[in-house]
Amino acid sequence: MNTLTIAKREMGSYFTSLIAYVVTTVFLVISGYFYYTNMVMFVMFVGSDVKLGLWQQTFYDIRFVTVSVLPLLTMRLFAEEKKMGTIELLFTSPLRDRQIIMGKYLACLAVFALMLALTLLYPALLKIVYQLEPLPLAACYLGLFLMGGACIACGIFLSSLTENQVVAAMSTIGVLLLMWFLDWNEGIAGSAVVKVLHQLSFSEHFLNFIRGVIDINDIVYYLSVTAFFLFLTKCSLESRKWRGIK
Amino acid sequence: MFAAEAAPTFYYYIQNLFMHTIEVDHLTKYYSNSRGVIDLSFDVSKGEIMGFLGPNGSGKTTTMRMLTCFFPPTSGTARICGHDILKEPLEVRRKLGYLPESVPLYLDMPVRSYLRFFAEVRGIAGRQRRARIDEVLEKCSLTHVAHRLIGKLSKGYRQRVGIAQALLHDPEVLILDEPTIGLDPKQIIEIRSLIKGLGAARTVILSSHILSEVSAVCDRVIIIQEGRLVAVDTPQNLTRRLQQTPKILVRAQAPADALTQTMLSIPGVVSVAPGIEGPDAFIVAVEEGAPVINSLAQALCARNWNIAEIRPVDMTLEEIFIQLVADDTEARRR
Repeated sequence: MNTLTIAKREMGSYFTSLIAYVVTTVFLVISGYFYYTNMVMFVMFVGSDVKLGLWQQTFYDIRFVTVSVLPLLTMRLFAEEKKMGTIELLFTSPLRDRQIIMGKYLACLAVFALMLALTLLYPALLKIVYQLEPLPLAACYLGLFLMGGACIACGIFLSSLTENQVVAAMSTIGVLLLMWFLDWNEGIAGSAVVKVLHQLSFSEHFLNFIRGVIDINDIVYYLSVTAFFLFLTKCSLESRKWRGIK
Repeated sequence: MFAAEAAPTFYYYIQNLFMHTIEVDHLTKYYSNSRGVIDLSFDVSKGEIMGFLGPNGSGKTTTMRMLTCFFPPTSGTARICGHDILKEPLEVRRKLGYLPESVPLYLDMPVRSYLRFFAEVRGIAGRQRRARIDEVLEKCSLTHVAHRLIGKLSKGYRQRVGIAQALLHDPEVLILDEPTIGLDPKQIIEIRSLIKGLGAARTVILSSHILSEVSAVCDRVIIIQEGRLVAVDTPQNLTRRLQQTPKILVRAQAPADALTQTMLSIPGVVSVAPGIEGPDAFIVAVEEGAPVINSLAQALCARNWNIAEIRPVDMTLEEIFIQLVADDTEARRR
Protein backbone atom coordinates (compact mmCIF):
# COMPACT_ATOMS: atom_id res chain seq x y z
CA MET A 1 0.00 0.00 0.00
CA ASN A 2 2.75 2.44 0.99
CA THR A 3 4.75 1.27 -2.00
CA LEU A 4 1.90 2.30 -4.26
CA THR A 5 1.59 5.67 -2.52
CA ILE A 6 5.24 6.39 -3.25
CA ALA A 7 4.88 5.12 -6.82
CA LYS A 8 1.85 7.35 -7.39
CA ARG A 9 3.70 10.43 -6.20
CA GLU A 10 6.71 9.65 -8.38
CA MET A 11 4.50 9.16 -11.42
CA GLY A 12 2.82 12.49 -10.72
CA SER A 13 6.20 14.12 -10.43
CA TYR A 14 7.36 12.63 -13.74
CA PHE A 15 4.38 14.03 -15.55
CA THR A 16 4.16 17.44 -13.87
CA SER A 17 7.85 18.12 -14.41
CA LEU A 18 7.57 17.19 -18.12
CA ILE A 19 10.51 14.75 -17.79
CA ALA A 20 8.29 11.85 -18.82
CA TYR A 21 6.99 13.71 -21.89
CA VAL A 22 10.43 14.76 -23.10
CA VAL A 23 12.03 11.36 -22.55
CA THR A 24 9.09 9.55 -24.15
CA THR A 25 9.11 11.88 -27.15
CA VAL A 26 12.82 11.42 -27.77
CA PHE A 27 12.46 7.68 -27.34
CA LEU A 28 9.53 7.46 -29.75
CA VAL A 29 11.12 9.69 -32.40
CA ILE A 30 14.42 7.83 -32.47
CA SER A 31 12.94 4.34 -32.22
CA GLY A 32 10.42 5.31 -34.92
CA TYR A 33 13.28 6.43 -37.11
CA PHE A 34 15.07 3.12 -36.60
CA TYR A 35 11.90 1.20 -37.29
CA TYR A 36 11.25 3.15 -40.49
CA THR A 37 14.80 2.82 -41.90
CA ASN A 38 14.90 -0.88 -41.09
CA MET A 39 11.57 -1.46 -42.74
CA VAL A 40 12.63 0.43 -45.85
CA MET A 41 15.78 -1.68 -45.98
CA PHE A 42 13.82 -4.92 -45.71
CA VAL A 43 11.40 -3.80 -48.43
CA MET A 44 14.31 -2.98 -50.72
CA PHE A 45 16.13 -6.24 -50.11
CA VAL A 46 13.07 -8.46 -50.07
CA GLY A 47 13.86 -11.82 -51.65
CA SER A 48 17.59 -11.39 -51.23
CA ASP A 49 19.59 -13.25 -48.62
CA VAL A 50 18.80 -11.23 -45.49
CA LYS A 51 19.74 -13.27 -42.41
CA LEU A 52 18.14 -11.04 -39.80
CA GLY A 53 14.47 -10.45 -39.18
CA LEU A 54 12.92 -6.99 -39.19
CA TRP A 55 12.23 -7.10 -35.42
CA GLN A 56 15.64 -8.44 -34.65
CA GLN A 57 17.30 -5.52 -36.39
CA THR A 58 14.88 -2.92 -35.05
CA PHE A 59 15.07 -4.02 -31.41
CA TYR A 60 18.81 -4.24 -31.62
CA ASP A 61 18.72 -0.53 -32.46
CA ILE A 62 15.99 0.38 -29.99
CA ARG A 63 17.86 -1.10 -27.02
CA PHE A 64 20.53 1.50 -27.70
CA VAL A 65 17.96 4.27 -27.32
CA THR A 66 16.67 2.58 -24.17
CA VAL A 67 20.10 2.46 -22.56
CA SER A 68 20.59 6.14 -23.38
CA VAL A 69 17.26 7.52 -22.14
CA LEU A 70 16.51 5.43 -19.03
CA PRO A 71 19.29 7.00 -16.94
CA LEU A 72 17.54 10.34 -17.46
CA LEU A 73 14.42 8.90 -15.87
CA THR A 74 16.24 7.30 -12.93
CA MET A 75 18.74 10.05 -12.13
CA ARG A 76 16.36 12.16 -10.05
CA LEU A 77 14.77 9.38 -8.03
CA PHE A 78 17.06 9.58 -4.99
CA ALA A 79 19.56 12.29 -5.95
CA GLU A 80 16.87 14.96 -5.99
CA GLU A 81 15.36 13.87 -2.68
CA LYS A 82 18.78 13.91 -1.10
CA LYS A 83 19.55 17.34 -2.47
CA MET A 84 16.20 18.82 -1.39
CA GLY A 85 16.32 17.05 1.97
CA THR A 86 12.91 15.48 1.41
CA ILE A 87 14.51 12.07 1.93
CA GLU A 88 14.57 12.99 5.64
CA LEU A 89 10.77 13.17 5.61
CA LEU A 90 10.49 9.75 4.00
CA PHE A 91 13.01 8.24 6.40
CA THR A 92 11.15 9.65 9.41
CA SER A 93 7.73 8.54 8.16
CA PRO A 94 6.45 5.10 9.02
CA LEU A 95 7.87 3.67 5.80
CA ARG A 96 10.31 0.83 5.34
CA ASP A 97 13.31 1.45 3.12
CA ARG A 98 12.21 -1.30 0.76
CA GLN A 99 8.81 0.35 0.28
CA ILE A 100 10.51 3.59 -0.74
CA ILE A 101 12.81 1.76 -3.16
CA MET A 102 10.08 -0.39 -4.68
CA GLY A 103 7.73 2.58 -5.03
CA LYS A 104 10.29 4.51 -7.00
CA TYR A 105 11.28 1.47 -9.03
CA LEU A 106 7.70 0.68 -9.98
CA ALA A 107 6.97 4.29 -10.95
CA CYS A 108 9.95 4.38 -13.28
CA LEU A 109 9.11 0.94 -14.67
CA ALA A 110 5.57 2.12 -15.36
CA VAL A 111 6.81 5.11 -17.35
CA PHE A 112 9.08 2.79 -19.31
CA ALA A 113 6.22 0.36 -19.92
CA LEU A 114 4.16 3.28 -21.23
CA MET A 115 6.97 4.23 -23.61
CA LEU A 116 7.11 0.66 -24.88
CA ALA A 117 3.35 0.47 -25.22
CA LEU A 118 3.39 3.53 -27.45
CA THR A 119 5.89 1.89 -29.79
CA LEU A 120 3.29 -0.83 -30.42
CA LEU A 121 1.89 1.67 -32.90
CA TYR A 122 4.64 0.77 -35.40
CA PRO A 123 3.83 -2.95 -35.74
CA ALA A 124 0.12 -2.05 -35.61
CA LEU A 125 0.59 0.11 -38.71
CA LEU A 126 2.54 -2.62 -40.43
CA LYS A 127 -0.17 -5.13 -39.62
CA ILE A 128 -2.57 -3.22 -41.86
CA VAL A 129 -0.59 -4.15 -44.96
CA TYR A 130 1.27 -7.26 -43.85
CA GLN A 131 0.27 -10.35 -41.87
CA LEU A 132 3.02 -10.40 -39.19
CA GLU A 133 3.80 -13.10 -36.64
CA PRO A 134 2.86 -11.76 -33.17
CA LEU A 135 4.86 -14.20 -31.01
CA PRO A 136 8.46 -13.27 -32.00
CA LEU A 137 7.46 -9.67 -31.51
CA ALA A 138 6.17 -10.48 -28.02
CA ALA A 139 9.54 -12.07 -27.21
CA CYS A 140 11.29 -8.87 -28.36
CA TYR A 141 9.11 -6.74 -26.12
CA LEU A 142 9.58 -9.05 -23.16
CA GLY A 143 13.36 -8.90 -23.61
CA LEU A 144 13.40 -5.12 -23.88
CA PHE A 145 11.13 -4.76 -20.86
CA LEU A 146 13.28 -7.05 -18.69
CA MET A 147 16.46 -5.32 -19.82
CA GLY A 148 14.88 -1.94 -19.13
CA GLY A 149 13.95 -3.12 -15.65
CA ALA A 150 17.57 -4.04 -14.96
CA CYS A 151 18.75 -0.66 -16.32
CA ILE A 152 16.29 1.15 -14.05
CA ALA A 153 17.47 -0.78 -10.98
CA CYS A 154 21.05 0.12 -11.85
CA GLY A 155 20.09 3.78 -12.30
CA ILE A 156 18.25 3.87 -8.97
CA PHE A 157 21.28 2.47 -7.19
CA LEU A 158 23.63 5.06 -8.68
CA SER A 159 21.10 7.80 -7.94
CA SER A 160 21.08 6.75 -4.28
CA LEU A 161 24.83 7.31 -4.06
CA THR A 162 24.87 10.99 -4.93
CA GLU A 163 23.02 14.27 -4.55
CA ASN A 164 23.95 15.32 -8.06
CA GLN A 165 21.61 14.24 -10.83
CA VAL A 166 24.16 14.66 -13.61
CA VAL A 167 26.61 12.43 -11.75
CA ALA A 168 23.85 9.86 -11.29
CA ALA A 169 22.87 9.92 -14.99
CA MET A 170 26.39 9.85 -16.38
CA SER A 171 27.58 7.05 -14.14
CA THR A 172 24.47 5.03 -15.02
CA ILE A 173 25.11 5.46 -18.73
CA GLY A 174 28.72 4.41 -18.12
CA VAL A 175 27.78 1.26 -16.22
CA LEU A 176 25.08 0.30 -18.72
CA LEU A 177 27.33 0.73 -21.75
CA LEU A 178 30.00 -1.30 -20.02
CA MET A 179 27.45 -4.01 -19.19
CA TRP A 180 26.54 -4.01 -22.84
CA PHE A 181 30.04 -4.22 -24.30
CA LEU A 182 31.48 -6.48 -21.60
CA ASP A 183 31.93 -9.41 -23.99
CA TRP A 184 33.66 -7.56 -26.83
CA ASN A 185 36.91 -8.89 -25.55
CA GLU A 186 37.64 -11.99 -27.57
CA GLY A 187 41.03 -10.74 -28.74
CA ILE A 188 42.46 -9.92 -25.32
CA ALA A 189 40.91 -12.12 -22.68
CA GLY A 190 41.31 -15.89 -22.51
CA SER A 191 38.44 -17.98 -23.80
CA ALA A 192 37.40 -19.04 -20.28
CA VAL A 193 37.13 -15.40 -19.21
CA VAL A 194 35.17 -14.48 -22.31
CA LYS A 195 32.70 -17.23 -21.50
CA VAL A 196 32.07 -15.68 -18.10
CA LEU A 197 31.86 -12.19 -19.59
CA HIS A 198 29.35 -13.47 -22.15
CA GLN A 199 27.16 -14.68 -19.32
CA LEU A 200 27.52 -11.40 -17.43
CA SER A 201 26.94 -9.00 -20.29
CA PHE A 202 23.57 -7.53 -21.22
CA SER A 203 23.94 -8.21 -24.94
CA GLU A 204 24.17 -12.00 -25.05
CA HIS A 205 20.94 -12.48 -23.11
CA PHE A 206 19.13 -9.79 -25.05
CA LEU A 207 20.08 -11.27 -28.43
CA ASN A 208 18.21 -14.47 -27.56
CA PHE A 209 15.01 -12.56 -26.95
CA ILE A 210 15.15 -10.66 -30.23
CA ARG A 211 15.81 -13.87 -32.11
CA GLY A 212 12.41 -14.87 -30.77
CA VAL A 213 13.76 -17.29 -28.16
CA ILE A 214 12.43 -17.01 -24.63
CA ASP A 215 14.92 -18.86 -22.43
CA ILE A 216 14.30 -19.11 -18.69
CA ASN A 217 18.05 -18.54 -18.33
CA ASP A 218 17.81 -15.06 -19.79
CA ILE A 219 14.74 -14.15 -17.77
CA VAL A 220 16.47 -15.22 -14.56
CA TYR A 221 19.56 -13.26 -15.60
CA TYR A 222 17.73 -9.95 -15.98
CA LEU A 223 15.63 -10.49 -12.86
CA SER A 224 18.72 -11.23 -10.79
CA VAL A 225 20.57 -8.18 -12.10
CA THR A 226 17.51 -6.13 -11.10
CA ALA A 227 17.34 -7.71 -7.65
CA PHE A 228 21.07 -7.24 -7.18
CA PHE A 229 20.96 -3.50 -7.89
CA LEU A 230 17.84 -2.99 -5.77
CA PHE A 231 19.61 -4.79 -2.93
CA LEU A 232 22.63 -2.50 -3.36
CA THR A 233 20.24 0.46 -3.22
CA LYS A 234 18.90 -0.79 0.09
CA CYS A 235 22.43 -1.11 1.43
CA SER A 236 23.23 2.37 0.20
CA LEU A 237 20.19 3.86 1.94
CA GLU A 238 20.95 1.97 5.12
CA SER A 239 24.48 3.31 5.18
CA ARG A 240 23.10 6.43 6.87
CA LYS A 241 22.73 4.27 9.94
CA TRP A 242 26.35 3.37 10.36
CA ARG A 243 28.33 5.92 8.36
CA GLY A 244 29.76 8.58 10.65
CA ILE A 245 28.85 11.46 8.35
CA LYS A 246 26.50 14.29 9.12
CA MET B 1 -1.70 -17.84 39.75
CA PHE B 2 -4.32 -15.18 39.73
CA ALA B 3 -1.97 -12.59 41.12
CA ALA B 4 0.70 -13.45 38.60
CA GLU B 5 -1.70 -12.77 35.77
CA ALA B 6 -2.93 -9.57 37.27
CA ALA B 7 0.52 -8.32 38.12
CA PRO B 8 1.73 -7.34 34.65
CA THR B 9 -1.44 -5.38 33.94
CA PHE B 10 -1.16 -3.55 37.21
CA TYR B 11 2.52 -2.98 36.68
CA TYR B 12 1.80 -1.66 33.21
CA TYR B 13 -0.85 0.66 34.57
CA ILE B 14 1.48 2.07 37.22
CA GLN B 15 4.25 2.39 34.69
CA ASN B 16 1.95 4.25 32.33
CA LEU B 17 0.89 6.58 35.08
CA PHE B 18 4.42 7.76 35.73
CA MET B 19 5.79 7.30 32.26
CA HIS B 20 7.29 10.25 30.50
CA THR B 21 6.30 10.68 26.88
CA ILE B 22 9.93 11.02 25.89
CA GLU B 23 12.69 9.34 27.84
CA VAL B 24 16.20 9.90 26.58
CA ASP B 25 18.68 7.52 28.08
CA HIS B 26 22.43 8.15 27.74
CA LEU B 27 22.09 8.95 24.06
CA THR B 28 25.44 9.19 22.30
CA LYS B 29 26.35 9.71 18.66
CA TYR B 30 29.82 9.93 17.24
CA TYR B 31 30.64 11.15 13.76
CA SER B 32 33.84 10.15 12.04
CA ASN B 33 35.28 13.64 12.22
CA SER B 34 33.51 15.16 15.21
CA ARG B 35 31.46 14.23 18.22
CA GLY B 36 27.76 14.68 17.76
CA VAL B 37 26.07 14.11 21.08
CA ILE B 38 27.58 12.69 24.24
CA ASP B 39 25.66 10.95 27.00
CA LEU B 40 22.46 12.93 26.80
CA SER B 41 19.68 12.01 29.25
CA PHE B 42 16.45 13.83 29.91
CA ASP B 43 12.69 13.24 30.15
CA VAL B 44 9.78 15.16 28.74
CA SER B 45 6.30 14.67 30.18
CA LYS B 46 3.01 14.73 28.36
CA GLY B 47 1.77 18.15 27.33
CA GLU B 48 5.09 19.82 27.93
CA ILE B 49 6.84 22.16 25.49
CA MET B 50 10.53 21.54 25.81
CA GLY B 51 13.01 24.02 24.41
CA PHE B 52 16.24 22.72 23.05
CA LEU B 53 18.86 25.38 23.19
CA GLY B 54 22.43 25.50 22.05
CA PRO B 55 24.81 27.32 19.77
CA ASN B 56 25.02 26.26 16.13
CA GLY B 57 26.59 22.83 15.76
CA SER B 58 25.99 21.83 19.37
CA GLY B 59 24.07 18.64 18.52
CA LYS B 60 20.45 19.73 18.47
CA THR B 61 19.68 18.39 15.01
CA THR B 62 21.67 15.21 15.68
CA THR B 63 19.57 14.52 18.77
CA MET B 64 16.35 15.15 16.90
CA ARG B 65 17.41 12.88 14.06
CA MET B 66 18.04 10.09 16.53
CA LEU B 67 14.68 10.64 18.23
CA THR B 68 12.94 10.51 14.85
CA CYS B 69 14.82 7.31 13.90
CA PHE B 70 16.57 8.95 10.96
CA PHE B 71 19.72 7.28 12.17
CA PRO B 72 20.40 5.25 15.31
CA PRO B 73 22.62 6.44 18.17
CA THR B 74 26.13 5.05 18.60
CA SER B 75 25.10 4.04 22.11
CA GLY B 76 22.27 4.68 24.53
CA THR B 77 18.64 4.76 23.55
CA ALA B 78 15.40 6.68 23.91
CA ARG B 79 11.75 5.76 24.33
CA ILE B 80 8.92 7.69 22.81
CA CYS B 81 5.45 6.87 24.17
CA GLY B 82 7.05 3.70 25.54
CA HIS B 83 8.46 2.56 22.18
CA ASP B 84 12.20 2.09 21.93
CA ILE B 85 13.80 3.96 19.02
CA LEU B 86 16.11 1.03 18.33
CA LYS B 87 13.62 -1.82 18.63
CA GLU B 88 10.44 -0.29 17.23
CA PRO B 89 11.42 2.53 14.88
CA LEU B 90 8.23 2.25 12.81
CA GLU B 91 6.03 2.56 15.92
CA VAL B 92 8.04 5.57 17.06
CA ARG B 93 7.71 7.24 13.67
CA ARG B 94 3.95 6.70 13.78
CA LYS B 95 3.74 8.65 17.03
CA LEU B 96 5.93 11.48 15.80
CA GLY B 97 5.43 14.58 13.74
CA TYR B 98 8.69 16.07 12.57
CA LEU B 99 9.70 19.32 10.93
CA PRO B 100 13.33 19.11 9.84
CA GLU B 101 15.48 22.19 10.01
CA SER B 102 15.67 22.82 6.27
CA VAL B 103 11.86 22.39 5.88
CA PRO B 104 12.14 19.98 2.96
CA LEU B 105 9.13 20.07 0.64
CA TYR B 106 8.27 18.69 -2.79
CA LEU B 107 8.28 22.02 -4.59
CA ASP B 108 6.55 20.64 -7.68
CA MET B 109 3.40 19.68 -5.77
CA PRO B 110 0.42 21.80 -4.75
CA VAL B 111 -0.06 22.15 -1.00
CA ARG B 112 -3.10 19.89 -0.87
CA SER B 113 -1.53 17.09 -2.91
CA TYR B 114 1.56 17.28 -0.75
CA LEU B 115 -0.51 16.87 2.39
CA ARG B 116 -2.56 14.11 0.77
CA PHE B 117 0.63 12.20 -0.03
CA PHE B 118 1.79 12.32 3.58
CA ALA B 119 -1.71 11.49 4.83
CA GLU B 120 -1.56 8.35 2.70
CA VAL B 121 1.94 7.54 3.92
CA ARG B 122 0.65 7.97 7.48
CA GLY B 123 -2.15 5.54 6.70
CA ILE B 124 -5.02 7.95 7.32
CA ALA B 125 -8.05 6.24 5.83
CA GLY B 126 -9.74 7.71 2.78
CA ARG B 127 -12.83 8.98 4.57
CA GLN B 128 -10.95 10.85 7.28
CA ARG B 129 -8.20 12.06 4.99
CA ARG B 130 -10.03 14.98 3.47
CA ALA B 131 -11.36 16.18 6.80
CA ARG B 132 -7.94 15.89 8.39
CA ILE B 133 -6.26 17.83 5.59
CA ASP B 134 -8.88 20.58 5.77
CA GLU B 135 -8.36 20.76 9.51
CA VAL B 136 -4.58 21.27 9.36
CA LEU B 137 -4.92 23.70 6.46
CA GLU B 138 -7.30 25.70 8.61
CA LYS B 139 -5.09 25.48 11.68
CA CYS B 140 -2.00 26.67 9.82
CA SER B 141 -3.98 29.33 7.87
CA LEU B 142 -3.17 27.73 4.55
CA THR B 143 -6.68 27.22 3.19
CA HIS B 144 -6.42 30.05 0.65
CA VAL B 145 -3.16 28.70 -0.83
CA ALA B 146 -4.17 25.02 -0.79
CA HIS B 147 -4.09 24.75 -4.58
CA ARG B 148 -0.87 26.67 -5.20
CA LEU B 149 2.41 24.99 -5.99
CA ILE B 150 4.66 24.86 -2.92
CA GLY B 151 7.57 26.14 -5.02
CA LYS B 152 5.67 29.38 -5.62
CA LEU B 153 5.01 30.05 -1.92
CA SER B 154 7.00 32.39 0.31
CA LYS B 155 9.25 31.14 3.08
CA GLY B 156 6.66 31.76 5.77
CA TYR B 157 4.01 29.75 3.97
CA ARG B 158 6.45 26.94 3.25
CA GLN B 159 7.25 26.79 6.94
CA ARG B 160 3.55 26.45 7.68
CA VAL B 161 3.18 23.70 5.10
CA GLY B 162 6.02 21.90 6.92
CA ILE B 163 4.22 22.28 10.25
CA ALA B 164 0.91 21.21 8.67
CA GLN B 165 2.66 18.05 7.44
CA ALA B 166 3.95 17.35 10.94
CA LEU B 167 0.46 17.80 12.43
CA LEU B 168 -1.38 15.77 9.83
CA HIS B 169 -1.73 12.52 11.76
CA ASP B 170 -2.43 14.26 15.07
CA PRO B 171 0.82 12.98 16.61
CA GLU B 172 1.36 12.67 20.33
CA VAL B 173 4.86 14.05 19.99
CA LEU B 174 5.99 16.92 17.80
CA ILE B 175 9.62 17.57 17.05
CA LEU B 176 10.32 20.93 15.44
CA ASP B 177 13.85 21.82 14.42
CA GLU B 178 14.28 25.60 14.33
CA PRO B 179 10.66 26.26 13.33
CA THR B 180 10.96 30.05 13.12
CA ILE B 181 14.31 30.42 11.41
CA GLY B 182 14.29 32.78 8.45
CA LEU B 183 10.81 34.16 9.09
CA ASP B 184 9.86 37.80 9.47
CA PRO B 185 8.81 39.04 12.94
CA LYS B 186 5.11 38.87 12.23
CA GLN B 187 5.38 35.30 10.97
CA ILE B 188 7.52 34.38 13.98
CA ILE B 189 4.78 35.57 16.32
CA GLU B 190 2.16 33.63 14.35
CA ILE B 191 4.18 30.42 14.35
CA ARG B 192 4.92 30.82 18.06
CA SER B 193 1.28 31.20 18.98
CA LEU B 194 0.49 28.21 16.76
CA ILE B 195 3.06 26.12 18.63
CA LYS B 196 1.85 27.35 22.00
CA GLY B 197 -1.68 26.33 21.07
CA LEU B 198 -0.47 22.84 20.19
CA GLY B 199 1.32 22.29 23.46
CA ALA B 200 -1.79 21.75 25.51
CA ALA B 201 -2.65 18.44 23.86
CA ARG B 202 0.78 17.24 22.77
CA THR B 203 4.37 16.95 23.79
CA VAL B 204 6.57 19.30 21.81
CA ILE B 205 10.32 19.48 21.48
CA LEU B 206 11.48 22.61 19.78
CA SER B 207 15.03 23.57 19.04
CA SER B 208 16.32 27.05 18.66
CA HIS B 209 19.37 29.14 19.06
CA ILE B 210 17.22 32.20 19.67
CA LEU B 211 16.84 32.46 23.41
CA SER B 212 13.94 34.87 23.62
CA GLU B 213 11.91 32.44 21.55
CA VAL B 214 12.52 29.58 23.92
CA SER B 215 11.65 31.66 26.98
CA ALA B 216 8.47 32.86 25.27
CA VAL B 217 7.15 29.44 24.30
CA CYS B 218 8.68 26.69 26.40
CA ASP B 219 7.83 25.22 29.78
CA ARG B 220 11.31 23.84 30.25
CA VAL B 221 14.66 24.34 28.59
CA ILE B 222 17.52 21.99 27.83
CA ILE B 223 20.81 23.72 27.21
CA ILE B 224 23.46 21.73 25.37
CA GLN B 225 26.89 22.68 24.24
CA GLU B 226 29.31 20.65 22.15
CA GLY B 227 26.98 17.69 22.45
CA ARG B 228 26.85 17.73 26.24
CA LEU B 229 23.95 18.54 28.51
CA VAL B 230 24.60 21.75 30.41
CA ALA B 231 21.27 22.30 32.15
CA VAL B 232 17.62 21.20 32.17
CA ASP B 233 15.15 23.42 34.00
CA THR B 234 12.35 25.94 33.67
CA PRO B 235 13.44 29.39 32.47
CA GLN B 236 12.39 30.86 35.85
CA ASN B 237 14.43 28.35 37.84
CA LEU B 238 17.46 28.88 35.67
CA THR B 239 17.22 32.61 36.38
CA ARG B 240 16.87 32.04 40.11
CA ARG B 241 19.69 29.53 40.19
CA LEU B 242 22.21 31.76 38.54
CA GLN B 243 21.30 35.17 39.81
CA GLN B 244 22.94 35.14 43.23
CA THR B 245 22.64 38.84 43.93
CA PRO B 246 19.50 40.68 42.81
CA LYS B 247 20.13 43.71 40.64
CA ILE B 248 18.37 47.05 40.16
CA LEU B 249 18.58 49.27 37.13
CA VAL B 250 18.72 53.01 37.88
CA ARG B 251 18.56 55.75 35.27
CA ALA B 252 18.73 59.32 36.57
CA GLN B 253 19.92 62.73 35.45
CA ALA B 254 22.76 63.38 37.87
CA PRO B 255 26.56 63.70 37.99
CA ALA B 256 27.85 60.15 37.75
CA ASP B 257 30.31 60.34 40.65
CA ALA B 258 27.89 61.92 43.08
CA LEU B 259 25.16 59.47 42.10
CA THR B 260 27.46 56.48 42.61
CA GLN B 261 28.57 57.76 46.00
CA THR B 262 25.00 58.38 47.11
CA MET B 263 23.83 54.95 46.04
CA LEU B 264 26.79 53.17 47.68
CA SER B 265 26.02 54.88 50.96
CA ILE B 266 22.61 53.23 51.16
CA PRO B 267 22.59 50.13 53.38
CA GLY B 268 22.16 46.92 51.40
CA VAL B 269 23.89 48.12 48.24
CA VAL B 270 26.84 45.93 47.35
CA SER B 271 28.21 47.59 44.23
CA VAL B 272 27.36 50.03 41.47
CA ALA B 273 28.40 49.55 37.88
CA PRO B 274 27.59 51.44 34.69
CA GLY B 275 24.77 49.82 32.70
CA ILE B 276 24.61 49.20 28.98
CA GLU B 277 21.18 50.86 28.60
CA GLY B 278 22.67 54.38 28.19
CA PRO B 279 25.15 56.86 29.63
CA ASP B 280 22.82 57.59 32.55
CA ALA B 281 22.19 53.95 33.46
CA PHE B 282 23.62 52.14 36.44
CA ILE B 283 23.29 48.55 37.62
CA VAL B 284 23.09 48.35 41.38
CA ALA B 285 23.81 45.00 42.99
CA VAL B 286 22.04 44.61 46.31
CA GLU B 287 21.89 42.10 49.15
CA GLU B 288 19.18 39.44 48.97
CA GLY B 289 15.98 40.45 50.73
CA ALA B 290 16.99 44.03 51.46
CA PRO B 291 14.25 46.60 50.65
CA VAL B 292 16.70 48.73 48.75
CA ILE B 293 14.56 49.95 45.89
CA ASN B 294 12.50 52.32 48.10
CA SER B 295 15.49 53.80 49.89
CA LEU B 296 17.22 54.29 46.51
CA ALA B 297 14.26 56.23 45.20
CA GLN B 298 13.99 58.31 48.36
CA ALA B 299 17.69 59.15 48.35
CA LEU B 300 17.59 60.26 44.75
CA CYS B 301 14.47 62.36 45.30
CA ALA B 302 16.08 63.96 48.36
CA ARG B 303 18.92 65.19 46.13
CA ASN B 304 16.38 66.50 43.58
CA TRP B 305 17.65 64.32 40.76
CA ASN B 306 15.20 63.41 38.04
CA ILE B 307 14.64 59.66 38.04
CA ALA B 308 14.00 58.34 34.55
CA GLU B 309 13.75 54.69 35.50
CA ILE B 310 14.22 52.48 38.49
CA ARG B 311 13.36 48.76 38.41
CA PRO B 312 14.63 45.33 39.42
CA VAL B 313 16.49 43.49 36.67
CA ASP B 314 15.85 39.85 35.83
CA MET B 315 18.61 37.95 34.23
CA THR B 316 17.74 37.41 30.57
CA LEU B 317 17.99 33.99 29.06
CA GLU B 318 20.89 35.30 27.00
CA GLU B 319 22.85 36.00 30.16
CA ILE B 320 21.90 32.67 31.69
CA PHE B 321 22.99 30.91 28.57
CA ILE B 322 26.34 32.66 28.34
CA GLN B 323 26.93 32.06 32.05
CA LEU B 324 26.09 28.35 31.86
CA VAL B 325 28.16 27.74 28.78
CA ALA B 326 31.10 29.60 30.29
CA ASP B 327 30.80 27.69 33.58
CA ASP B 328 30.59 24.42 31.70
CA THR B 329 33.65 25.14 29.57
CA GLU B 330 35.61 26.13 32.66
CA ALA B 331 34.52 23.08 34.61
CA ARG B 332 35.68 20.79 31.86
CA ARG B 333 39.01 22.54 31.50
CA ARG B 334 39.83 21.85 35.17
